[in-house]
Amino acid sequence: METKPLKHLSREQSFGYDRKTLDYIRNAAAHGLYEIRGMGAKRALPNFDDLVFLGASMSRYPLEGYREKCLTRTVLGTRFAKKPIELEIPITIAGMSFGALSANVKEALGRAATEVGTSTTTGDGGMTQEERLSSKTLIYQCLPSRYGFNPDDVRRADAIEVVIGQGAKPGGGGMLLGQKVNPRVAKMRTLPEGVDQRSACRHPDWTGPDDLAIKINELRELTDWEKPIYVKVGATRTFNDVKLAVHSGADVIVVDGMQGGTAATQTCFIEHVGIPTLAAVRQAVDALEDLNMKGTVQLIVSGGIRTGPDVAKALAMGADAVAIGQGVMIAMGCNGETYWQNGAHHDAEADYAALGTAAGFCHHCHTGKCPVGITTQDAILEQRLTPEVAARHLKNYLKTLNMELTTIARACGKQNVHHLEPEDLVALTIEAAAMARVPLAGTNWIPGVGGL
Amino acid sequence: MERLNQTVAFDLATTPLREVNQFLHGEPKTLDGLRVTITNPDGAHNIAVGLNAAIEVDIIGHAGYYAGGMNKFANITISGSAGTGVAENMMSGKVHVKGFASNGAGASAHGGLLVIDGDAGLRCGISLKGGDIVVGGSVGSFSAFMAQAGRMVICGDAGDALGDSLYEAVLYVAGNIKSLGADARIEPMTPADLDTVATLLAAAGIEHDLKDFKRIASARSLYHWNADANQEY
Repeated sequence: METKPLKHLSREQSFGYDRKTLDYIRNAAAHGLYEIRGMGAKRALPNFDDLVFLGASMSRYPLEGYREKCLTRTVLGTRFAKKPIELEIPITIAGMSFGALSANVKEALGRAATEVGTSTTTGDGGMTQEERLSSKTLIYQCLPSRYGFNPDDVRRADAIEVVIGQGAKPGGGGMLLGQKVNPRVAKMRTLPEGVDQRSACRHPDWTGPDDLAIKINELRELTDWEKPIYVKVGATRTFNDVKLAVHSGADVIVVDGMQGGTAATQTCFIEHVGIPTLAAVRQAVDALEDLNMKGTVQLIVSGGIRTGPDVAKALAMGADAVAIGQGVMIAMGCNGETYWQNGAHHDAEADYAALGTAAGFCHHCHTGKCPVGITTQDAILEQRLTPEVAARHLKNYLKTLNMELTTIARACGKQNVHHLEPEDLVALTIEAAAMARVPLAGTNWIPGVGGL
Repeated sequence: MERLNQTVAFDLATTPLREVNQFLHGEPKTLDGLRVTITNPDGAHNIAVGLNAAIEVDIIGHAGYYAGGMNKFANITISGSAGTGVAENMMSGKVHVKGFASNGAGASAHGGLLVIDGDAGLRCGISLKGGDIVVGGSVGSFSAFMAQAGRMVICGDAGDALGDSLYEAVLYVAGNIKSLGADARIEPMTPADLDTVATLLAAAGIEHDLKDFKRIASARSLYHWNADANQEY
């Protein structure tokens, strides 16, 4: 009798050499070039979904979900600055460059942020007039490249953010491929048009934390000690980095975990360098507490913050605020099947297909051919985003996150979202329990604490 | 212009730097044409940063980091040596170091003229974005790294990796170049280059024989990513 073919054995997929890995090897073999893409890490990582809140019941007293007051006001930069940043909500817009994004998008970010009472942030490439005019509170980044960096914009800014690194690529500089370096972008960055632009990965005029302390003082002197100075680090050796940033005199520290997005970075960098945001928050808060600086130096957490619960969990772990990049893009239409132009929806699927992708999977920000007009410098494509419409969607998104945040805070009995605390959290996985240092749900076990 | 003869003197031995910088950040209209002398700097950092007025500032002695940083319009003279990042990110005006300058002199300067009578340390003119730098002596390694625009005149020698990853900045070196960085190359001096060097030397008040200078500019082979280069540049 003939043996029946064993199709599951004869077509067993290799775990190590799965189809994605086969494609990776074939692509490398065909082109001799690593992949560059946008967005953040796509791999599964321990994240805020692995934590849940312990709502109030017998031992805690909840607040009524709609009517009772729950404050969200957030003040950043109280350590040295004469004019700290005062926000209505603890959810800010992360730094993203004009160049990576169109001027329309920068304007929309400013409009929405202003309407909900939060800040937006410039990026590599300098400050555009659009974002300054539309943003009530604008954070001005001082990056290694210093593209477009100038003292007039320092004075026009509300705070300065010295960028040491980015969660998507700690240790790497920015990247803007030639197709996005149009005449305006080139002029702002003092670069030849169309050049494949690779930003410096380290600052030109300081090396190490002792130098940074002097650099920060220069920025303080230049602004007559008015403006808060943020220091942004990509999450790696976060405990030490945060301590050194405090030593350097930062008012606010921004910690960007590996889920943080980018408009163009090598995939190997995005997926394999840096640590998850969940692990970074714990280390950052530990560092501030170790220095007795919690509350004096504020902490902003970014990298994969998507939802109101994510915000609430970051705050409960000790962050003062969060910053969002990718979520903001998606709220404005990123990866949508359609775009809104001239009063009607238009199908974008053909344009995704031309990039070899589809709505929901697109990470082709680096090409400048964004089918929905967000990460582009193309004069036609950028018209696919209408600032007023994008700003309205973004405002709705931020409002939703804030409502979810206050809903959870009230359920935990807090009249102020900043009163959320680690004690309100438990973990669903051993990894998350170890990283966040909260107990595994239903136990009092925190891996690594108490000798186990 | 009636203020040209007015001088305000600060002694950093007795006056806090904050007070000096606050004065220097006054309304440009009230400062234009003024001469300010600063004595006893004793290596203090961040002297005269962020100036925004056509003012003369004389720092009598050695300055620390970032002296004249992000300068606009002012004419700042340091009668001594300067620490790291002198005239960093300068936009316009002039900073003149009569002694030596440390690392990162003129880093990312967008405009203006930086003159260093003596030698400059590592990374002089790094990320230069349109400013001009004239060095009477030599410069250290990695000078003009990723320099995008502007000009550097170096009357002495240059260290290792001069002009690494240059964009459109142009360098002129009279002495020896220990090594050129990736994508930097020596090009023939044209009459226009000789004019440029002569003009910059005259503006700096430094004399040097024009025939000694070599022109260094970008070969532009790094402008577009090339997978076949095997990262050997």
